[in-house]
Amino acid sequence: MARNIKLRIWRGDSTDGGLKDVVVEANEGEVVLDVIHRVQATQMGDLAVRWNCKAGKCGSCSMEINGKPRLACMTQVASFGEEETITVTPLRAFPIIKDLVTNVSFNYRKAMEVPAYEHPKNLAPGEARMEQIDVERSQEFRKCIECFLCQDVCHVVRDHEENKKSFAGPRFFIRIAELDMHPLDTLKNRKKAAQEEHGLGMCNITKCCTEVCPEHIKITDNAIIPMKERVADIKYDPVRWLGSKIRKREGL
Amino acid sequence: MSGVFSPTRAKIKERTLRTDKWWVEPLLTFSVLISFVIYATFRAFENKYYFDKESHLISPFYSPCLSDSCDPGATLANFTPVSSQVFNFALSPALIILIFPLGFRMTCYYYRKSYYRSFWMSPPACAVAEPHKTYTGETRFPLIIQNAHRYFFYAGLVFNVILTYDAIISYRNAAGEWGHVSVGSLVLTLSAATLWLYSMSCHTCRHTIGGRLKNFSKHPVRYKLWSWVSVLNHSHQRYAWFSLAAVAFADIYVRQVSSGAWTNFYFF
Repeated sequence: MARNIKLRIWRGDSTDGGLKDVVVEANEGEVVLDVIHRVQATQMGDLAVRWNCKAGKCGSCSMEINGKPRLACMTQVASFGEEETITVTPLRAFPIIKDLVTNVSFNYRKAMEVPAYEHPKNLAPGEARMEQIDVERSQEFRKCIECFLCQDVCHVVRDHEENKKSFAGPRFFIRIAELDMHPLDTLKNRKKAAQEEHGLGMCNITKCCTEVCPEHIKITDNAIIPMKERVADIKYDPVRWLGSKIRKREGL
Repeated sequence: MSGVFSPTRAKIKERTLRTDKWWVEPLLTFSVLISFVIYATFRAFENKYYFDKESHLISPFYSPCLSDSCDPGATLANFTPVSSQVFNFALSPALIILIFPLGFRMTCYYYRKSYYRSFWMSPPACAVAEPHKTYTGETRFPLIIQNAHRYFFYAGLVFNVILTYDAIISYRNAAGEWGHVSVGSLVLTLSAATLWLYSMSCHTCRHTIGGRLKNFSKHPVRYKLWSWVSVLNHSHQRYAWFSLAAVAFADIYVRQVSSGAWTNFYFF
C-alpha cells in the first residue's frame, strides 16, 4: 500500500549546499533508491544520483542514509518508522561533485598503487593448479563490489583528509591480503609495503569497514588483522625474523 | 578544517546524521571497563584476602604468587623469587604479575576496538566524526607496542596453565582430601575455562596456528586447527567479556571467602 514519506535530501555542489525537505510517495517493498528516483521524476528533475544495477551488485548507489553509509538500492523504506524522516546525503569522505554524487577517484588511484599478482616464472599459463581450500580463502575477498562504503566510513581518511596520501584503506587491504595469501603469487615484500607504503599501521581496528560492508566480508578479522600479524612477523618479531633468515623463506 | 568539514566535501554542519542511539555502546563499554580498572587497581594494591587456606582458593589476580610474603599454600612449589619490600614499599604480589594479563588485554584486537572507540573516541562510533585534529594510528610510540600482542599471548597461555592448576587443586576439602566440589572450585574452573576460550579464540592464536600459511593445502593439520580456531574467533568479543567477568567474580568470591564474609559451600 502506498504512503507518503518524508525525505531530506542533500542538494548542492562544491561551493555550497544543504538539506532539502520533500514528501514523496512510497509503495510497499520499495527501497530508498526507488523513492529517490520518484523525487527525481516528479519534483527535482536535476537531482544527481549515481546508480546502475539496483540489485546490490554494482556498488554505484553508495550514499549515507540517516548518517550511515549504505547502498540505496538495498535499504528498504519499510526499515524506517512511518513518521521518521529519512535523511539522504552523499558520501562524506570524498569530494562532492553534485547532490548525491561524489568523486571517488581517490580509490582508483589507490588501486593502481597495489602491485598486481605475479605468476611463477616456471609455470606457463594454464599450468597453475590450486586446491579448493586455498581458493576459498581469497574467494571471500573477491566478493567486493567496490561500493567504497568501507573507504567512506574509515575514520582514518573520513576524519583526516591529510591521511589520504599515505593510507590505502580497507578495500585495498583486502586486495593486498588476497594477494599475500595467494599460494602462487611470487611478489616479495607485500607485507613490508602494506605497512610502509599503504598505511596498514594507521588502521586501529575499530571495525567500521566490516560493519558497513554490504557483501558481509569480514574485512577486519580476515584481512586487516591477518595482515597486521604478518607484518608483525617480519617487522616486530625478532624471533620470527631470525627464523625467516635462517630458513630463507618469507611465508610457508 | 579537516575531515568531514574539509572544503571539498559536501557542506554538512552536523558531525553525524545518525539517528540511532550510537552513543549507548561506547558508553556501556566505557562504564564496564572503567569499573573493572578501578576494582582491579584497588585489589592489586589491597595485598590481602587473596588466598583461603581452608578451601585452597587463590584469586586469579594474585596467581602465581611470586612474592616472599605469599602464604606457602598460595605459591607454586614455594617459588617466591621476588622480595615483598622494594624501596620501603610493600609490593603486592598482584603488582608483580599484573603486566602480563593487563598487556594481553590491552593489546588484544577486540579490546583495542572497544577502548579506541569508548575512551579515545577515535572514532566514538562508525560515521561519527572524531574530535582529534591529527591521527597517526598505530604507527608510532606508544601504540606501535600493540604489535607485541603475540608475546602477551604466549605469557597468557602460561597464566592459563597456572590458573587451571589453581582450579584443580581447589577440588579438595579443608583436610586436603581430593574429590570435593565447592562453589569456589566451580568459580575458579569457570574463570580458567573462559580464559582458555578467550586465548584460543585470539587473532594471534589464529595466525600462529595456521593463518600465517600461504598454502593451506600443503599443511592439512594446521589448516584443520586454523579452521577450529576460526570458529572460536567468531566469538572472541564474547569470550573477552565472559572471561573478564569470570575473573573479576572469581577474585570477588575468593576475597569474600578469605575475609570471612562468605562461607565457601561444599556440595560434597
